[in-house]
Amino acid sequence: MLDNLQLLFVWAPIINVQIILEGIFLGAVFALSAYGLALVWGVMNIKNLAQGDFVIMGGYISLALSNYNLSIFIILPLVMIIMFFYGLIVYRLMIKRVIDQDMFTSLLATFGLSLLMQQVMNLIWGPEVQIIDLDLPVYDAFDGFVTIPSIKIISLILAAVLSIAIIIFMKKSRTGQAIRATAQDPRAARVLGIDTDQIYAFTFSLNSAICGAAGVFVSVIWVLQPFYGITYSVRSFAIVTAAGLGNLPAVITAGFGIGLFEKYVGAIIGTAYEVAAPVSMLLIVLVFRQISMRKNRQAVK
Amino acid sequence: MINKFMLGVGASLVLTVSSFTTATMAKVEGDTITLGSSISLTGKYATNGLHTQRGYDYAVDVINSSGGVKVGGKTYKLAVKYYDDESTPARGAQLAERLIQQDGIEYMLGPYSSGMTKAIAPVSEKFGVPMVEAEGASRSLFTQGYKYLFAVLSTSNLYLSTAIDLAAESSSDPSSIRVAMAFESDPFSMDVRAGVVDAINKYGMKIVIDDQLPADLSDMSTTLTKAKALKPDILIVSGHSKGAATAARQINEMKINIPMIAMTHCEAAKVQEKFPKAADGFLCPTQWVETLSKSDSMFGTAAEWNEGFKAAHPSYTSVPYQSAQASAAVYVFKEAFEAANKFDQDAVRDAISGVEMETFYGDIKFSDAGNNIAKPMFMRQINASGNYNLVETAKDMAFPRKVAY
Amino acid sequence: MNNRKTILTYLGLGLFGILGPVLFPAYTLSIAYLWMMVLMASTWDLLGGQMGYNSLGNIAFFGIGMYVSAIVQVSIFYPGGVAEYTSAMGSIKPEFTASQYYYGIFLGLIAAGFVAMLFSLVFGSFMFGLRGPYFAIGSLGLAIAVAEITTTINYVGGASGISMPMFPGDIEFRSVFFYILCFVITVIAHFLLRWLYSTQFGLAINAIRDDEDKAEAMGIPTRIYKQIGWGITAFFMGSIGAVAGNMAGFIDKEVAYPIPTFGIFMVAMVLLGGKGTLWGPVLGAVIFHIIKETTWTYLLGWQWVALGLILIVNIVYFQQGIMGWLQSRYPEMFGIVVDKGHVQTKKQDKAEA
Repeated sequence: MLDNLQLLFVWAPIINVQIILEGIFLGAVFALSAYGLALVWGVMNIKNLAQGDFVIMGGYISLALSNYNLSIFIILPLVMIIMFFYGLIVYRLMIKRVIDQDMFTSLLATFGLSLLMQQVMNLIWGPEVQIIDLDLPVYDAFDGFVTIPSIKIISLILAAVLSIAIIIFMKKSRTGQAIRATAQDPRAARVLGIDTDQIYAFTFSLNSAICGAAGVFVSVIWVLQPFYGITYSVRSFAIVTAAGLGNLPAVITAGFGIGLFEKYVGAIIGTAYEVAAPVSMLLIVLVFRQISMRKNRQAVK
Repeated sequence: MINKFMLGVGASLVLTVSSFTTATMAKVEGDTITLGSSISLTGKYATNGLHTQRGYDYAVDVINSSGGVKVGGKTYKLAVKYYDDESTPARGAQLAERLIQQDGIEYMLGPYSSGMTKAIAPVSEKFGVPMVEAEGASRSLFTQGYKYLFAVLSTSNLYLSTAIDLAAESSSDPSSIRVAMAFESDPFSMDVRAGVVDAINKYGMKIVIDDQLPADLSDMSTTLTKAKALKPDILIVSGHSKGAATAARQINEMKINIPMIAMTHCEAAKVQEKFPKAADGFLCPTQWVETLSKSDSMFGTAAEWNEGFKAAHPSYTSVPYQSAQASAAVYVFKEAFEAANKFDQDAVRDAISGVEMETFYGDIKFSDAGNNIAKPMFMRQINASGNYNLVETAKDMAFPRKVAY
Repeated sequence: MNNRKTILTYLGLGLFGILGPVLFPAYTLSIAYLWMMVLMASTWDLLGGQMGYNSLGNIAFFGIGMYVSAIVQVSIFYPGGVAEYTSAMGSIKPEFTASQYYYGIFLGLIAAGFVAMLFSLVFGSFMFGLRGPYFAIGSLGLAIAVAEITTTINYVGGASGISMPMFPGDIEFRSVFFYILCFVITVIAHFLLRWLYSTQFGLAINAIRDDEDKAEAMGIPTRIYKQIGWGITAFFMGSIGAVAGNMAGFIDKEVAYPIPTFGIFMVAMVLLGGKGTLWGPVLGAVIFHIIKETTWTYLLGWQWVALGLILIVNIVYFQQGIMGWLQSRYPEMFGIVVDKGHVQTKKQDKAEA
């Protein structure tokens, strides 16, 4: 570990740039998926344990589409549309019925969904890892020490554009306002004539679409495997727990934070801990929350 | 009215009925010798489990159609009974017991992967059931003193130690070589690592990066970033197909130029197809090559086995060595049955132990511990056009690896 | 439930338990796993159903117990330790005599239980401030973290895993031996839980489930009770983990911490049978296990899909589980007095007539 520290800060500090960049790219994708999770959680009080699997599913659909040699700019909206309708179906068949139940139910129901999705994806695409290589140029800087594949930059920009689009949508459009109203007080919203069921359906489907987008990025930057979903789910939960539900800037910051944390833990302590890092982060956040709430003699509910 | 007592009785009845409906198959029935195998048809090893099963089945077909197995003057056909172990060791052990106790199996073919074999070997050993396995390469399988376990493949410690040997050969001062390595956290990769570390210590080389990659991580960027800063002389990666795919992609992205790069599972991950530019120069170990100049009377040369297998399974463009070694395992059984000339388990076990033959897969001769000591691992290198060249000495290697990204 | 039925039930199950391996020797291990599932479900329910703390990470104790037992079993005779025994080059090959093996395994079992309990203390210190879904997610994260970190500990073989000591003695006896262990541990746990639920402790944890803040306000030391509950769960999960490790013969991260499988099975079983009842988890475990064993071989490739579907259907459409449903349909069977208000029962009608 000492060697790693020395390497990072004394001998070749330039590689910090690479690590930071990796952390940011990682964080961007998580932040997206975390935002979707926060949306569903805040509006419908559903904790979607299958979030990561939605992401992977988006990735697989993107893989299937890539066989037609489409550009990523076309694949992205296509995947989002397909995932939107998938989310709608899941909502109508399943989620609708667990909204009013106790919290654990929604968790477990989505876990069952996660299991189902993983296994179906496994049956369709097999347990081997799949990748999409778009063969786009790679930029390098600092004498080759820092390399950035252009696909990562494109993904980052697209993710940012998407986030901004969603924010504007939530703020300005009528549906967006209806969603926020429902989140604040469903009964009042109903009284005011908002069809909360429609809103819930839309919100869940929107989340599904957002996950699909995140999945597209995952498929072109990293690898897809039917069982990787849970790691994305855990990271999303960690971000949402740390940032709180309503706060988009906080979600984004937390997303980047976790990405950086993961990469630095890997660089300093060892890659063996890279998966344990976001999970531990989740625990640490929960503990801190607990401590701060204990001051008010409350519990983290 | 339902009460728990009735439920208990009901459960017993269900189990009773199920037990009657399970067919009991004796090891030798009529003119068929039934071998048993717990194999991964689902789960993370499913792809290779399937390659293995096909290898077994192909050999069974060829042997049966070439006159079967002759024991005690009678001719027998071979058959295999399979159970899906779902790539879970505990399940594999359970199924092995079921094969032996319930189905009466007396001879077994191995499962896929070292982990599964490690779970099943104690069971077959306990029951005195000879098992010839073709997919569990971990060397620690052969230090436990098992008498009934035999493996036709080379053990895992040899996979990448050859790369270290090649590195030493191509340098004037082996002890000055600096090694970077990354291994996945799973039993097989850790075994490969042990072999590499042994070789490194033999030459007195220095390890500058020694990373362990979590099983569900698809990102090696941290390791590669460090490698860029530390400039090692050789990079070694082992992490099944996922490791190879991730490594190839990120080596490409990060424009890594290290003089030697060696990794396992290149063929399985198809790196030369997906990342032709980066894969140029990769050293890849393999248990078997289809251009091998070995042959036998049952399957012919390696090339002929290859053609025959492809004819049976046209979807394969290149046949993975997992299938080849599976066929070899079945062939060992045939030879052993005929040599023992009876079906007594201990006699067959001794016959297997005494097997010494050349096959399309390579030479087979078992050490006292049960592993095959007559067959080496082959090292191949991917060239710029995506083909695999056999590397037998350092001179055959394109060195150093310099790719213009 | 009235006494006669209870005694009959225990008699029936007891007979099945004792005679099972005798009547169906080929299924011995399968029935042993059945008891294991019953144990997992019952202990989960202590925290989940009775106390309202749904944990998705109890399986962490299973794995901890497994590893602790392995360490104990090997180290008492080979102080060099487990790491040498498991190293890929297999430097030592331990030979255990029968008495050494049995001594080791019993010690290992008990140590596993206690160490797991210790861990539950440590975990409890930071986990119990969380409620509801946070506790669930947190416990899941905990299990994942424990699993990952175990692979980095070289002393227990890291990612290479540990080959457990071989069972000395005859093959059929091996299955029976492990069967007895599973059965006995499960029976002890069941009766312990049964007794617990009938005491103040049982009432207290139900109170915690129903409204923890009120319970605290009433003076119930919730923190202590929560800890005791998790401690008991951890103890039994650890012990059964030790047995499972020996049964499997080879331990690694996947065997010890089957989070997406057994970790969730225990929850599914309880939901199927009915949360918060003594027999619900047992019933759920039995049914689940039977379905699993009989369909696994016939639904090749689709068994996990089926499981996911069962889980979803169960939760979405059939929340209260079988016991819950039975209790609402036939409350008299369970000794629950339903206050019918001024709706008269038949007896009352007769009496008044």
